[in-house]
Amino acid sequence: MRYLPLSDSDRSQMLQVVGAKSIDDLFVDVPKAARLDGLVDGLPLHASELAVERHMGALSRKNMVAGEVPFFLGCGAYRHHVPASVDHIIQRGEFLTSYTPYQPEIAQGTLQMLFEFQTQVARLYGCDIANASMYDGSTACWEAILMAGRITRREKAILSSGLHPHYVSVCNTMAKFTGDTLETSAPALSAETDAEQLIAAIDDQTGAVVVQYPDILGRITDLAPIAEAAHSKGALLIAVVTEPVALGLIKSPGEMGADIVVGEGQSIGVGLQFGGPYVGLFACNEKFVRQMPGRLAGETVDAEGKRGFVLTLSTREQHIRREKATSNICTSSVLCALAFTAHLTLLGEKGLRQLASLNHARACEVADRMAAIPGVEVVNSSFFNEFTLKLPVEARPAVHAMVEKAVLGGVSLGRLYPDAPGLANGLVIAVTETVTDEDIDALETALKEVAR
Amino acid sequence: MTVNPSGWRPTAPTNASDSGPATVTGNRALQLEEPLLFERGRLDETGVDLPDAKHSGARLGGLERNRDIGLPGLSEPETVRHYTRLSRQNYAIDLGLFPLGSCTMKHNPRLNEKVARMPGFADVHPLQPQETVQGALQVVGELATWLLTLTGMNAVAMSPKAGAHGELCGLLCIRSALEARGDAREVVLVPESAHGTNPATAAFAGYRVENIPATKAGRVDLEALKARLGPDVAAVMITNPNTCGLFEPEMIAISAAVHAAGAFVYCDGANFNAIVGKVRPGDLGIDAMHINLHKTFSTPHGGGGPGSGPVVLSEALAPFGPLPFVAKTADGSYRLVEEENAGEEHHARSFGRMTAFHGQMGMFTRALAYILSHGADGLRQVAEDAVLNANYVLRSLADVLDAPFAKSGPCMHEALFSDKGFAEGLSTIDLAKALIDEGFHPMTMYFPLVVHGAMLVEPTETESKAALDQFIAAMRSIAERAKAGDQSLKAAPVYAPRRRLDETLAARKPVLVYREPEQAEAAQ
Repeated sequence: MRYLPLSDSDRSQMLQVVGAKSIDDLFVDVPKAARLDGLVDGLPLHASELAVERHMGALSRKNMVAGEVPFFLGCGAYRHHVPASVDHIIQRGEFLTSYTPYQPEIAQGTLQMLFEFQTQVARLYGCDIANASMYDGSTACWEAILMAGRITRREKAILSSGLHPHYVSVCNTMAKFTGDTLETSAPALSAETDAEQLIAAIDDQTGAVVVQYPDILGRITDLAPIAEAAHSKGALLIAVVTEPVALGLIKSPGEMGADIVVGEGQSIGVGLQFGGPYVGLFACNEKFVRQMPGRLAGETVDAEGKRGFVLTLSTREQHIRREKATSNICTSSVLCALAFTAHLTLLGEKGLRQLASLNHARACEVADRMAAIPGVEVVNSSFFNEFTLKLPVEARPAVHAMVEKAVLGGVSLGRLYPDAPGLANGLVIAVTETVTDEDIDALETALKEVAR
Repeated sequence: MTVNPSGWRPTAPTNASDSGPATVTGNRALQLEEPLLFERGRLDETGVDLPDAKHSGARLGGLERNRDIGLPGLSEPETVRHYTRLSRQNYAIDLGLFPLGSCTMKHNPRLNEKVARMPGFADVHPLQPQETVQGALQVVGELATWLLTLTGMNAVAMSPKAGAHGELCGLLCIRSALEARGDAREVVLVPESAHGTNPATAAFAGYRVENIPATKAGRVDLEALKARLGPDVAAVMITNPNTCGLFEPEMIAISAAVHAAGAFVYCDGANFNAIVGKVRPGDLGIDAMHINLHKTFSTPHGGGGPGSGPVVLSEALAPFGPLPFVAKTADGSYRLVEEENAGEEHHARSFGRMTAFHGQMGMFTRALAYILSHGADGLRQVAEDAVLNANYVLRSLADVLDAPFAKSGPCMHEALFSDKGFAEGLSTIDLAKALIDEGFHPMTMYFPLVVHGAMLVEPTETESKAALDQFIAAMRSIAERAKAGDQSLKAAPVYAPRRRLDETLAARKPVLVYREPEQAEAAQ
């Protein structure tokens, strides 16, 4: 077996040192009834690299590859071009095959990278500080609600109807067990967001208001009035960003008064990967730092006075505080954070603005083209690179019909909200810099046919 | 701030000894210093070539950004150099032995990386129509079949994002099953030796945590456990093999006692590497166990994640597992069971969704490639070699280091030592830091908590005998120095990119983001 360096003669020499006659002597503590004498039944034997590659290649070819067809899906995962050097960097063995930096003297690479990542995330979100990453946007969202509860000592959160329905699902799942009260609803197929209803709903029991920016339908709403309303009742505003590229062009949630900003970092550096692994971003006001979940890299000095970095404030964390920790999270998403930070370093302020402008300009163009199709309406008056169409037919079968024409033509709201018939004709279209003129033509042709 | 219960003492820097002549750059040959991105990049510099696009901005809801974000950029050559220089300040499995107990730092096969990057896996969207992702769903299905067969369990939840997320999944299944029978139990029992995630997860799932003691032989105290079991106990979380590196020989009796009291057995599967292909947890009476794909099944740790923590479930818990999951239909195709069709799939009692989308696909492809490469025979050999390597280390050092449970019999895949017998003023951390100078990553320190100055060594099966012999020689030499009172150990590491770092300062005055000098001054 190519991954196992011990030879049979090594094994017998080592057994001798150990004082065992056979390997089975080392498994004597396993109850006889549970010991397998031979191989596990029903599984094949080892295979060559060639054979495994062939098998996996065959499975890979059964999928429709986003980059090989006109592709317009978003709703929490976005397809952007990732520079080749990003993948090279994350495949450096010193990053790829290292562990959580518990021994900082020999983990400065990961620690400095995380410190830079935290700084980039904090600035992008307009917050004081950020942590070293969470699993993904949806779990970061729930952690933010819990954190707001610890700060305000209130157990009620109001979730905007524009929050990604999977994120809502995750929060609902967890709230069932923690006893938190969540107010949720499905969005309306209209240009207006629910900002006014949210403001009206905040009362002095409310610990947090959770608003996605831009929201699930792609709409952009001013967070400042919501923040003001929340603060006046002693509640916190949690902003959720699923498409961070947007922040190259629109104001950050932090500068509009959001107290905690969380989101998905996938769209910068990480790639689609059928939903994971992704990287959760988590930032907040500095005064809340001791209530934050997750790891934090911090600056310090070594014994010679040289600057260095360590994991810090770990008295919040499970390996020290056990049941009193702020979260049970241990493993985060460091390699995806590296992809994010490397891509953002390549972009820089200038590149991010250009990328965001390109996305928005392209999305405007596609929105106008689709709006010209008879019976098709653009729902949004505001959007970044994603907007919602109202079709004259149900969008879910339309999406499948477009697949027949080899077009991946958006996400139907019927898939995301199967219980909301009022949304059945909604189709969310995301347009990034990867979309070509030919792709737009193909989408237009396909939509014209299916929308008849 | 509370007292840190782990026994870990923040390291205070001791005065450095002379380490050679200073250089102008601060570099020392191949040890290259690298400034922060924020000290070298500029806002108008970029490593991508993008056109300036025109748009009116009229559709941005009046929220166009009107100030700088503060994100410096670098050209591609500078970017590659920045991260390459940083990478060289890291230790990694690719460089040498990484015997971090409980973490299973084994070789990460590069075939897995190649497979994960196949466009049919890397470049598919999680919300693509299911007819366009049949191959991806088949990967999930095939991996699930392997995990079920290897564990002898009934169902597997694939979506948990990491080990602790898997623990949460298991406990939520247990709570759902109890609630379904109208049983509101409030307590989860956790052995003292458990990973910190166990009690944290139980609390996260809304339970009160109580400890159960260990015996002198490093095992769960069955009598104490039985005495505590009662109608208020929902579950017992057991790590098996346990964190002392030992198999729980009474596991079947433990499970029987827990079940007789109406509770469930959760097993922390962090140490599955010791028994994969040798023992099926399903035969031990376990109800739920997470499997860290980034441990047993070799997906890379990446400096602290991403992980992946599928959870195998017993028949009693299977109906409560999370959504979505992959089901195979009669015609051989695969389908994703989500909220809307859970009812039709007899899964109406699912506790719901734990994460957006379907789990760590990029880890599933890697783990499946690993499993197919080993096959049933290779995986069994993995466990045997992992256990042999650990026992070899244990017996080769037992004369020079205190091994508190060595008399209990063989260890599993990790060898536990303590700092008993070290001279005054020297402790585990000093040995660990000296190992760094010898070119090894230290073992897990001060864990498990039940042993004073614990050193938990997990060599894994991907180490050769020659590598182990070199490690043993280094350990022996350092242990002898520690026992003889060689205070120079306190200055270690001497040859690493940094000397001991001041963790107390980092926590007392947290600096978590870079601030430009003028900003930082203003903040003071």
